[in-house]
Amino acid sequence: MGTAARGSSVVIMQETSHESRKGRGVGASIRRKEDARLLAGRGRFIGDMRFPGQLEAAFLRSPFAHARIRAIHIPAHLKGRAFTHADMVGVKDILARTGLPGFRVSAQPPLASGKVRFAGEPVVMVLADTRAEAEDLIEEIGVDYEELPANHDMLRAVEPDAALVHDEWPDNVFLVSQTDRHFDAGTLAGAPIKVTRKVRTSRQCMSPLEGKGCIAVYERHVEQLALWTSTQMPHIVRSGLAECLGLDTRQIRVVAPDVGGGFGWKGLLQPEEVCCAWAALRLDRPVKWLEDRREHLIAAANCREHHYVMTAYADTDGTLLGLDAVAHVDAGAYSVYPFSACLEGAQVVSNLPGPYNLPAYRCRTTSVCSNKPPIVPYRGVARTGVCTAMELMIDAVAREAGLDPCDVRMRNLVRPEQMPFTSITGKDFDMGDYPESLRRAREMIGHEAVRARQQAGEADGRLVGLGYATYCEQGAHGTSVYHGWGIPMVPGIESCGARLTPDGTLEVRIGAQSHGQSMETTMAQVACEVLGIDPAQVNVVHGDTAMTPYSTGTWGSRSAVMSGGAVASACERLGERIKRIGAHLLQAPEEAVAIRDAEVVGPAGSVSFAEVAKTWYLAPQNLPADIHPDGLDLVAGYRPTVDTGTFSYASHAAVVAVEPETGEVEILDYVIVEDGGVLLNPMVVDGQIYGGTAQGIGTALYEEMTYDEHGQPLASTLADYLLPGAGEMPAVRIDHIQTPSPNTRFGQKGIGEGGAIAPPAALGNAINDALKGLGVELSMSPMTPRRVRAAVAAAREGAVS
Amino acid sequence: MKAARFDYRRPATVAEAVAALVEDGAAKPVAGGQSLGPMLNLRLARPSTLVDVAKIPGLRRVEERADGVLYGAAITHAEFEDGVVPDPTPGFLARIAHGIAYRAVRNRGTVGGSLVHADPAADWPTTLTALGARVALAGPSGTRELALEDFLLGAFSTALEDGEIVTGVFVPRCSAGARFGYRKSCRKVGEFAEAMCAVLADDVRGVHRLVIGATEGRHIVVTEAKGVLADPRLLDERLASAGLAADPSTLRLHRKVISQAIEALNSESLPA
Ligand SMILES: Cc1cc2nc3c(=O)[nH]c(=O)nc-3n(C[C@H](O)[C@H](O)[C@H](O)COP(=O)(O)OP(=O)(O)OC[C@H]3O[C@@H](n4cnc5c(N)ncnc54)[C@H](O)[C@@H]3O)c2cc1C
Repeated sequence: MGTAARGSSVVIMQETSHESRKGRGVGASIRRKEDARLLAGRGRFIGDMRFPGQLEAAFLRSPFAHARIRAIHIPAHLKGRAFTHADMVGVKDILARTGLPGFRVSAQPPLASGKVRFAGEPVVMVLADTRAEAEDLIEEIGVDYEELPANHDMLRAVEPDAALVHDEWPDNVFLVSQTDRHFDAGTLAGAPIKVTRKVRTSRQCMSPLEGKGCIAVYERHVEQLALWTSTQMPHIVRSGLAECLGLDTRQIRVVAPDVGGGFGWKGLLQPEEVCCAWAALRLDRPVKWLEDRREHLIAAANCREHHYVMTAYADTDGTLLGLDAVAHVDAGAYSVYPFSACLEGAQVVSNLPGPYNLPAYRCRTTSVCSNKPPIVPYRGVARTGVCTAMELMIDAVAREAGLDPCDVRMRNLVRPEQMPFTSITGKDFDMGDYPESLRRAREMIGHEAVRARQQAGEADGRLVGLGYATYCEQGAHGTSVYHGWGIPMVPGIESCGARLTPDGTLEVRIGAQSHGQSMETTMAQVACEVLGIDPAQVNVVHGDTAMTPYSTGTWGSRSAVMSGGAVASACERLGERIKRIGAHLLQAPEEAVAIRDAEVVGPAGSVSFAEVAKTWYLAPQNLPADIHPDGLDLVAGYRPTVDTGTFSYASHAAVVAVEPETGEVEILDYVIVEDGGVLLNPMVVDGQIYGGTAQGIGTALYEEMTYDEHGQPLASTLADYLLPGAGEMPAVRIDHIQTPSPNTRFGQKGIGEGGAIAPPAALGNAINDALKGLGVELSMSPMTPRRVRAAVAAAREGAVS
Repeated sequence: MKAARFDYRRPATVAEAVAALVEDGAAKPVAGGQSLGPMLNLRLARPSTLVDVAKIPGLRRVEERADGVLYGAAITHAEFEDGVVPDPTPGFLARIAHGIAYRAVRNRGTVGGSLVHADPAADWPTTLTALGARVALAGPSGTRELALEDFLLGAFSTALEDGEIVTGVFVPRCSAGARFGYRKSCRKVGEFAEAMCAVLADDVRGVHRLVIGATEGRHIVVTEAKGVLADPRLLDERLASAGLAADPSTLRLHRKVISQAIEALNSESLPA
């Protein structure tokens, strides 16, 4: 895949760029530093760790989606090893409040209390020397439940007679988010084209390679509870945990060791983390929990479930006149900390119009509370759903108008001369040429040739289809945006610690966390860009609250922009201090020296960072007594000039072959033209895009967590929950446009989630294009063989009868 | 997802394995563990003892005869795939093995385990039935042999009796010009099939067999298949009585896969 063809790309480098970084700074595709350990199997994940005296936890989980707990029977010999909510005296529920008016707060007890609200909710924690023994002990515990009607379908759950998930609420609604911009039903009624569609995206499980896991251990020498946990957001977990346990934040340290993917699943405070931390304090023994695949599938990591009813109004030439949408998000039983149950709903309302000029827009989104695991923001968050919904609509408009969908997109996309552009929902697109991404994708996929092939037909009777999708990805959005969304965590200024060590090598410390994003490499490249230091001489320390400055963590496609900017700021500030000492050693005025290649260079010679550091730390007698006391260790902050986020964007184009009778879909070709601004490391960006695209293909064709009418999850192993594997991945071809963001340090934009956004739309449109001649149109992801062949059979049998 | 407690034994001979199973009625054989392992971890299977048959020499034997090859039950999918065992067909077995799951599963999974697991959507049960294979069994009351279609009684159900193990499977020799067509419709590589059909056309021997797998119960076996090869619609009634025509799209799926398997007789008849 690394050999995928790449078209031309424009790299705009900052002026600071100079020869001496030897292609290792910003923009260089250097190999990943972390791979030396990860590819050799020498990473250190929670599963690899074991503390002396450690106990392992297993959770007795609710078999019912909705039930009252009447009694819990724990045999006497399990005393001190099995714990219920009643034992956790003083521990507070997990609360994700939002500032949004009307939002209903759900209290999530770390162990179920009184009621269970989804199948898989933890009810009893059992500790033993090994997980297997803990699972044996669980079998000795009995729970009496009184089953209640389960809300398994969000559209049913909002009806007046639905059973209440939270008894004290008047209905099962977390929040209704809405907007109305210039929407005049009267005027739009006269629109020549009017298409209405229902679109549904299935519930998914996020499925990082490594599941969730943690070990809590009380560290007596620092009087701190250390929580080693597989997280993307150590500082946030620290605050949330302190709140639940009633401790000061200073009494807790959170450390993320190697983390094998997160995708949002590891961006939360988990009930199991609270339980393990509490038990470690109570028993004064390390307590470990490692989520297994079954727990992952049934008991928590759910995302993506949206339902839309949309009407698009357009002119005969495909120009969009207005969009009217009613959406529902199945947010599950509880509001997760810190993202809340409403981030998805808020994003639906504000992101649905996507990258289009839309004169009129109305949207009402209900975040529904149901008897399913809480919805968690997954790579792309609501944007995958809205992109699917919007892009299927664009194709539906094109079909109705008798136009090529690519032309309809072209007609409505925001144009470069409109930049910087403010969308109908107030999104400030930074820079870029959206139509160009589509033009290039059209060319790369060979639009005309595919159309000719379609005309000719396939020898094996399969039907070929071509589909497009264009989207934009707001990333690294800051204070103003998140304050508006009202979630309990509002990101502000990002910090980085930079420290020159006594031998002249560099430590940069960031509070974000790299769990596959290659930040140990890209952040070292940023340091190289600023200080000219070899990335191999830079240690990127991350994921440990004791060693890093505060950060909300890695999420929202923010780290390249925010941590990248912070590393640059810290290195610049450190550079000033290095120069001050270097100038003294060179007997030159500070203004006359510069930093180049990890050296301070003066008019008559240079000193290395090593010499500077050695002098400062180990031979201070060689410095004047009145030298400035600020040393070679500092923390600096950063935020972009405009904090409403970067807007990367891409056009995806897909060619599929559909076997109409079996419903099998083969991806024949897939191209992506992406604008991520200046790429810190293009190879890493391609990796992010490939990985995201694989997940998007999962959403499009494979992944689905279904529930029966009792709220029982129907896919409890990977035999039922299908993830795309190597065999399902096409050789994706990527091209880059690099329009620098005017607002970020190097012109970089957030791209981490993008790959996962468009595939369901592009593939869905391609499948519908293939089936067009049969009068078949699907509008539900995943488009499984069963759904495809059922739709085809219905059309064919209908035509026969 | 950890197995409940069990004991583990590794008998050296078939007789010892049978004795171990007779001694403890709650014991179970294990070979590659690729089907049993997940059942243990989900605690759906809770044997008191696992009797590991994977390394018993009698189950690792391969005996080439004039009329076919007798494979020990513990021959792995990978050994078929790699051609390290002889093949009495023009390359069919390696091709089938190659399409089972992923290599990691094929390295451990055995032909005997697959037949005893008796998943109607698995590859060996359907294809070996089409090839007219016979199963060799050993138990407390001696040895016996059964045609595969008589051994496979339904979904996850076989004629294996208490204390009995499968020692081998005999695959009859095909003529050089025999053709084999095989199709399965899977949601992804290595997934169990939603529909499958295997067809053998060996004109020289006068053998024409068609087997439909991925059924709800027993495989659909057509032993004199010349007629249905010419007109697959003759199978509609059998599909219906097997519950595979419940809705139009399911019926159309099976029909399509059957016709693809028959078409494949021509395109895929050469050794892999
Ligand atoms: C991810 C995955 C994907 C798979 N995909 C496919 C696929 O695409 N197609 C396919 O056909 N299969 C597939 N399989 C199943 C695989 O082929 C198994 O290897 C096979 O079904 C069982 O063989 P085994 O040797 O592993 O048996 P085991 O798991 O060890 O045993 C299975 C059963 O057979 C019994 N048993 C084993 N050997 C004997 C014996 N000699 N005598 C009596 N009883 C015995 C055991 O007691 C048990 O009941 C897949 C498995 C996995 C894990």
